[in-house]
Amino acid sequence: MARLIRTEKEVEGRFEEVWLVVDEDALEQWGEGAREVVGRPAAKIDGLARARGEALFTADVRLPGMLHAAVLRSPHARARAARVDLAAALDAPGVRGAIGPGDSLSLSDQANYEGAAVAAVCADTFAEARAALRLIEVDWEVLAPLLDADEAVARGEFLDVRSSERGDLERGLAEADVVVEATYRTQVVVHTSMETHQSVCRWVGDTLEVHISTQYVWGVRANLAEGLGIDPDRVRVICDYMGGGFGSKNGPDDHCFIGAELARRTGRPVRCALTRREEHVAAGNRAATIQRLVVGARADGTLTALGGEFVNAVGWSGWNTFVEGPMRTLYACPNVRTTTHGARLNLPPMKAFRAPGYVEGTFGLECLLDELAAKLGLDPLELRRRNHADVEPTEGRSYSGKNLLECYRRAEPHWERRHEVRARSTATVKRGVGMASQVWWGGGGPPSYAWIRVGSNGHAAVVTGGQDVGTGTKTALAQIAAEELGIPLEHVTFAVGDSARGPYATLSAGSSTLPSIGPAVRAAAADARRQILDLAAQRYGGNAGELALDRGSIVLAGGERRPLEEIVGLLGDGQILGSGARGPNPAGMQVLTFGVQVAEVAVDVETGEVTVERVAAIHDVGRVVNPLGASSQIEGGIIQGIGHTLSEQRLLDPATGKILTTTLDSYRVPTIADVPEIVGELLDIPDEQLTNLGSKGIGEPPIIPIAAAISNAIRDATGADVRSLPISRAEMLAALAEARLREREREKVPG
Amino acid sequence: MPELEINGGRYRLEVAEGATLADVLRDEIGLTGTKVACHEGHCGACTVLVDGTPTLSCITLVHRLGGRAVTTIEGLRDHPMVESFVRADAVQCGFCTPGQIVSAVALVESSPEPSTEEIRHRMAGNLCRCGTYPKIEEAIRTWRD
Repeated sequence: MARLIRTEKEVEGRFEEVWLVVDEDALEQWGEGAREVVGRPAAKIDGLARARGEALFTADVRLPGMLHAAVLRSPHARARAARVDLAAALDAPGVRGAIGPGDSLSLSDQANYEGAAVAAVCADTFAEARAALRLIEVDWEVLAPLLDADEAVARGEFLDVRSSERGDLERGLAEADVVVEATYRTQVVVHTSMETHQSVCRWVGDTLEVHISTQYVWGVRANLAEGLGIDPDRVRVICDYMGGGFGSKNGPDDHCFIGAELARRTGRPVRCALTRREEHVAAGNRAATIQRLVVGARADGTLTALGGEFVNAVGWSGWNTFVEGPMRTLYACPNVRTTTHGARLNLPPMKAFRAPGYVEGTFGLECLLDELAAKLGLDPLELRRRNHADVEPTEGRSYSGKNLLECYRRAEPHWERRHEVRARSTATVKRGVGMASQVWWGGGGPPSYAWIRVGSNGHAAVVTGGQDVGTGTKTALAQIAAEELGIPLEHVTFAVGDSARGPYATLSAGSSTLPSIGPAVRAAAADARRQILDLAAQRYGGNAGELALDRGSIVLAGGERRPLEEIVGLLGDGQILGSGARGPNPAGMQVLTFGVQVAEVAVDVETGEVTVERVAAIHDVGRVVNPLGASSQIEGGIIQGIGHTLSEQRLLDPATGKILTTTLDSYRVPTIADVPEIVGELLDIPDEQLTNLGSKGIGEPPIIPIAAAISNAIRDATGADVRSLPISRAEMLAALAEARLREREREKVPG
Repeated sequence: MPELEINGGRYRLEVAEGATLADVLRDEIGLTGTKVACHEGHCGACTVLVDGTPTLSCITLVHRLGGRAVTTIEGLRDHPMVESFVRADAVQCGFCTPGQIVSAVALVESSPEPSTEEIRHRMAGNLCRCGTYPKIEEAIRTWRD
C-alpha cells in the first residue's frame, strides 16, 4: 500500500530531503549464496541481439521522411555572435530548415565555451546539412577566455563553494607525530561513448516522440516537458539499446532540443547526432581537480587530522562534485576540514562520469595515505585497518552493511605478492605493488516500479520504463523475476526503454539501477506468485499461504508437486498481472559500498613507461545477482580507470582554450593490448537492512581506487611520488628524476 | 556503378561517388549491424570483411570495391564466434561488438588457435569503451567450445 514518508534522496552524493510516496512489499530476504537463478552466472538475455547486430540503437533508427541535422558550434572558448545569418544556408541544396540563437533554448549567441551550440540546419542528408553549416554567416566578437582554475577561484569566478569541518584541524595537526602535505592534480577525461550523443525527434500531433541514446528515459521526458513547456505525458521517450554513456547521457542535451524544434518546423522526423569530433568537445567530461591535502598521524598510524583544499575545474556549468567525499568518509579521523570550490571557466561543462568526484578524490587521499605510511614506516594495509571507521564518521550513523575489514582480509594474499613482485625487478624495469580503498554510495532508492504478466504457458514478461545501458540490467532483473516465480530464466522476457509503455524506473547512474529497480521487480513477481497460489488453492483446495512455487511446480501443503502449467493453463487468454515498487531505504542508516584494490606495475625507468600487470579487486556491494555480469563491470571499471591513470587526457591550447584532442587517435583510450590480469572478487553478503534484495550497485566502485593503487605501486617500485594524472612517460620520468634528487640530498646529509 | 557481393548476394549500387562502404551498407541497403562510431578509421566499430580481409568500412570508398565480396556481421550471424561472445559476456553495450566479432572471425580464419599475444595484436584496432577486452580474449580462446 502506498504511504507518504519524509526521507533523504541521494544521487551520486547529492542529497535532498523529500516527501516521498512509497509502496513496498515486505518480503523475506533470500538466504546468502547462489540460488536457483539469482547468484548464478547468466549470459546476457539480449546478448545475441547485440552481438548479431540486430539490436536497434538510436544510431540505427530510420524513420520515413527523416531529416538530418547538423549543429554550428562555437569555435571559440569565449565569444559573442554579433550577427548570425541563416539565409544562404536555407537556400543550400537539400536544406529543409535552419534555426539560430533564440529559436531553441539550446542555441545562444553567447558562447562561453568551445562547442556551445549557436545554430543548426536540417537537410535530406547529413552531408547536405554539414555543407550548409559552412554557409551560415557569423560575425564573432572573440573575448579572452578564463581557463585557469586557481585564477578563477582567486577572482571569485566559481559556481559553488562548500566547506565542512568536524573536530579541529589545527588541533589534530598539533597532536600529530608526523604530518604530510602534498598537492595532487587530476586531468580532464572524456566519456568517449562508442555511440555518440544523439536523438531522433518526431511530432505526432501535440506529442513529441523521441528516440534517444540515454541513461534516463524518464529524466529526458521530464526535462523535455519542462524545457518545451508541454505536459510530460505529451513526451514519449524510447531507448531500446544504447551505446554507452558512463554518466554523460542523463539528460536530453542540446541535440534533442534542436531536433525537437527542427522537427516541429519541418513537420518531419529529425535526427540530430554528434560527430565523433563534436563528442570530444560538446558531450561532457570529467572535470580536472586540484587537491591540496594534509594528513597528520601519531607514530602508531592513528590519524589525527585530514585537511583538503579542493578545486573542481567545473567548466561553464555543471556541478561541484564531492571530491572531498573520500576524505570525509573513508576513515575514522576526528579532525577533518575541507573546502571545495567549483571553478567557473570558459570550458565545456562537466558531466557526471562514473563515480564523479570520488575517482578524483580517492586518488588524492589514498596516495596521501601511502606517503604517510612510507614516512611512518608502516605497512599501508595495516595503516588503513587501524583507521577503519566503525560508524559513518560525519554523522555517526550506523552502516546498513559494511564489510571493508573482510575486503582487507581477502586482499592479504594479493598484497603478500609484493615481495615476489619486487624481486622480479631488473636494472631498468622496476616492479611494485600498491593498494587503495574504496568508498561510494550505490544503494539506490525509491521510486522505481515494475509490471509483470504471466500467461497460460507459465512464462513471465516483465516491463519497466527504465533502460539497459549495456550493464546487463535486463538480465539481472529477469533473474530476480525468475527466482521469485520459481521458473527458469529462459521463461522470462524483459522490456525496458519506453516511457509510454512502462512504469517509472530510475536512471542508470550512481550504481543505483539494480538496487533501485531490482526490489521492485522482486515485489512484482511476488505479487504474481501470490495470485497464482491463490488460484492453485482454489483448484486444489487448501490455504494459499501453505502452497509454494518452486522450480516450475506448485508445491501443495502435503508436499505433492503439480506443474505450474496445470494452473496457469486454465487462463487461456487470461493473464496474471502483478506490480511492484521499490520501498524506502532504511531510516537513519548510511548505505555505502566498499572495496579495496591491489595493483602490480612494472616501470621502465629509462623510458618512463608504466605497465599495469595485475589488479586484484575486492568489493562489497551486497548480494550478487549475476556473477558473470558483475565480473564484467569490475573489469570494465578497472580498464576505464587505467585509461584515466595512464593515457587519457583532454588537451587544450592554453592560449585560446580550444580543445586539441578531438579524435580517437589523439585521445587515447585503452585497447585490448593495455589490459592487465584482473582478479575480481565480490563478498556477496546481502545487505539485509537495505531492501528485499540486499544488492547494491557495482557499476562505479571498481573505477574508484585504481588510480591510487597504480600510483602507490609505482612508489613501491621506484620510490617516486606521482601526484598528477595521467602518468604519462614525461610525468613518470620527472617523478623519477625528483626521487633521485631527493635520494642524493639525503645521502649528502651526514649521519 | 560498382557491382559487388554482399553476404552472398549481388548488388548493383547507384550511389554518389565518394560514398563510403559503411554508409552504403547502413543507409542504402539497411544493414545496420555494421556500426559507425568515429567515421574516420580510428575505432574499428565499422569493421567488415572484404574478400576475407578485415576492412574499415567507414573509410573505404564503395566505388573501389567493384567485383569484391563484402561480409558484414549479418553474414556472420550463425558463426560460432557470435555465440562465444555472448557466452563469455564479451558484450556490454554492444555498439562495438559486431566490429569486434568480424575482426575475431578474420583472426581465427587465419589462426584457429591464436595465442594471447596474437589476439592482443590482431584485436588492438577495435576499441571497446565498456572494457569487455578480457571477455573478448576469452571468447576468442574458446570459440570452438
